[in-house]
Amino acid sequence: MTSERIYEELTEILDDVFGEDDLVATPELTAGDVPGWDSMAHLRVIFAVERRFGVKFSASQIDGLANVGELASLIESKLAQ
Amino acid sequence: MIAELGWLPPPPLDFRQRCRALLEESGADVPALVRLATCALDENHLNRLARVVEAMRARGGALAGLTPFKLGIVSNATIDTIVPAVIATGVRLGLDITCVSAPFGLGVQAALEPDSTINAARPDAVLLAFDHHRIGAPPAGDAAAAERAVADALRAIDAMREGFRTHAGAISIVQTIASVPAALFGSFDRAVPGTSRRLADAFNAGLVERICGSQDVVVDVAALAESVGLEAWQSALQWNVAKFAFDARFVPAYAEWVCRVIAALRGKSRKCLVLDLDNTLWGGVIGDDGLEGIVLGQGDATGEAFLDVQRAALALRERGVVLAVSSKNDDAVARSAFREHSEMLLREEHIAVFQANWNDKPTNLAAIAAELNIGLDALVLLDDNPAERSLVRGTLPEVAVPELPDDPAQFASVLLAAGYFESVAFSEEDRDRARFYAENARRAALRESVTDIEAFLRSLAMEIDFRPFDAQGRARIAQLINKSNQFNLTTRRYTESDVLALERDPEIFTLQVRLKDTFGDNGMIGVVVARPSDPGEWEIDTWLMSCRVLGRRVEAMVLRELALHARERGIGRLVGRYVPTGKNRLVEDHYPKLGFALLERDPSGATSWLLDSAVEIEPAPMDVVRSGWAPSGAPST
Repeated sequence: MTSERIYEELTEILDDVFGEDDLVATPELTAGDVPGWDSMAHLRVIFAVERRFGVKFSASQIDGLANVGELASLIESKLAQ
Repeated sequence: MIAELGWLPPPPLDFRQRCRALLEESGADVPALVRLATCALDENHLNRLARVVEAMRARGGALAGLTPFKLGIVSNATIDTIVPAVIATGVRLGLDITCVSAPFGLGVQAALEPDSTINAARPDAVLLAFDHHRIGAPPAGDAAAAERAVADALRAIDAMREGFRTHAGAISIVQTIASVPAALFGSFDRAVPGTSRRLADAFNAGLVERICGSQDVVVDVAALAESVGLEAWQSALQWNVAKFAFDARFVPAYAEWVCRVIAALRGKSRKCLVLDLDNTLWGGVIGDDGLEGIVLGQGDATGEAFLDVQRAALALRERGVVLAVSSKNDDAVARSAFREHSEMLLREEHIAVFQANWNDKPTNLAAIAAELNIGLDALVLLDDNPAERSLVRGTLPEVAVPELPDDPAQFASVLLAAGYFESVAFSEEDRDRARFYAENARRAALRESVTDIEAFLRSLAMEIDFRPFDAQGRARIAQLINKSNQFNLTTRRYTESDVLALERDPEIFTLQVRLKDTFGDNGMIGVVVARPSDPGEWEIDTWLMSCRVLGRRVEAMVLRELALHARERGIGRLVGRYVPTGKNRLVEDHYPKLGFALLERDPSGATSWLLDSAVEIEPAPMDVVRSGWAPSGAPST
């Protein structure tokens, strides 16, 4: 899956979780930029990602993400395995 | 299947857009909301729909047509994901649920303090959502400690039930507890006090004992967890990260299980199971295959699958669910299976209302509800045909229509998993209810047809394909000619080489008809043969069609095609014959319905009919595709 495609899917997931269709997944986007992206919303994003891409994250991976770019690279590396 | 709510149709592709439209509109389109809720929604879908519900409430208060219900929730786990799911799932079950919850882990305080948030809100019911962490972990093998742990947990439950009853006037909905799949001793865990399995079993048994006969009810989360698999149910990671009692992907099923109990408390469970016959209660089409030809019974995997469906229907009847039949069939032929087929478990006396006729299903379902004097929202329709399911969902959204997989082996389990007949009590009266209905119900009068059939037909986006007989279609043409009994005007049988001869004879007009719709390709569904009789006249030697496409006005389109070709060849008179065989009463009035005039009636019952080929026949809503005729012979329309 191309990186571009991953970001498209992430944009849809953010739309699902936050109900904001003008929210676009970019590498620099962080939880602090999005109103309502608290720890529970973070888990919703993670679980939606797990379902959509068929991957699993560990607790440290879930907690250790600084921005959407890191999430996308993690997905990419898991898909490559 | 349970985790995905497999008995519900998938959400529409534009689910997001539809939610957004409901969010942005000014009113509260509750029927549209219910339609969206009645799909196999995942956690994100439910979350989004819950936002729509909140917005509608903010605009106009309670949701019209739904039953308001205030639910308190206490838990030893995180319930943030559960609340929106319960709100959205409630809509599916006709409930307008508002939730009020206690701070994490503070169940006992919430119950015992008269002015706690929950008690002050005066909820209708409180959900006591505790999992195995609530019991504690006594050392395995210490029987006394194990007993104490279970007794303490049950005592805490009792205290909360009493508190909510006294201070809020609320009933309690208490969860059973799923055990942990990891075994300490292996199979020997069953024998050792204090293992997770023993603790959960003891707690659940004690819980059910004290709740039976009280005002409170149980939601059997342990059974749900077992059904989807204990290993999948619990996620150590999700507990560690966020104190989720179970894997978030089961939130939709969990919410459905909770809401079913609430719906049952509010008397919203369904009362009547309406059964289709062909390929639902038995394999095959009894009108075509005959009593001996249908697949049902031991010794054949498919036959046993249909027995399972009948067994499930009978078991539901035993517990008070009324059974009815709605089938496109000849009444006498359909009843013959119930009377004479040795493998049939269902018999006529089990069926309260028996509707075998050629009306559309919505008409029959409305007649069944009227006959039983119950609402359409008390009906469940079990039908293998996706087009029928879609028609009923579109025209009578109150009727529950489970999605069925292609494999009949799964019909019974899908029907039961769908939980339409959820109960919170069971009495002798319930047991007798089905009998009561059966004794009192008379054969329902046929109601006038539902009016928006036209809209349904258009929504099918049908494409009809006409060709003369050809090599590619030959085998299927011969098969249809030899197999069709019901929609067959003359029942003349021809072998494949006869078919080849018809194909090659330039004097004879042949037609094979295929039909596609939004549900896929129905394949070849019709065959017509016309041969010259008098000068300027064709006699319709053969006209047969598959009963699958009845009620779609395909006949009119076929006649239009026939008339076009007739005119093209200078044929002015079309003569049709109906030859009764005992199986084709369905088409007794085929020609008069299409505008033919009676020519003669034999003492044998056979009739002949005449139509001027210049008569304009009203088209049905479908596209026409045509191939295989030489350009000179091709009609100009």
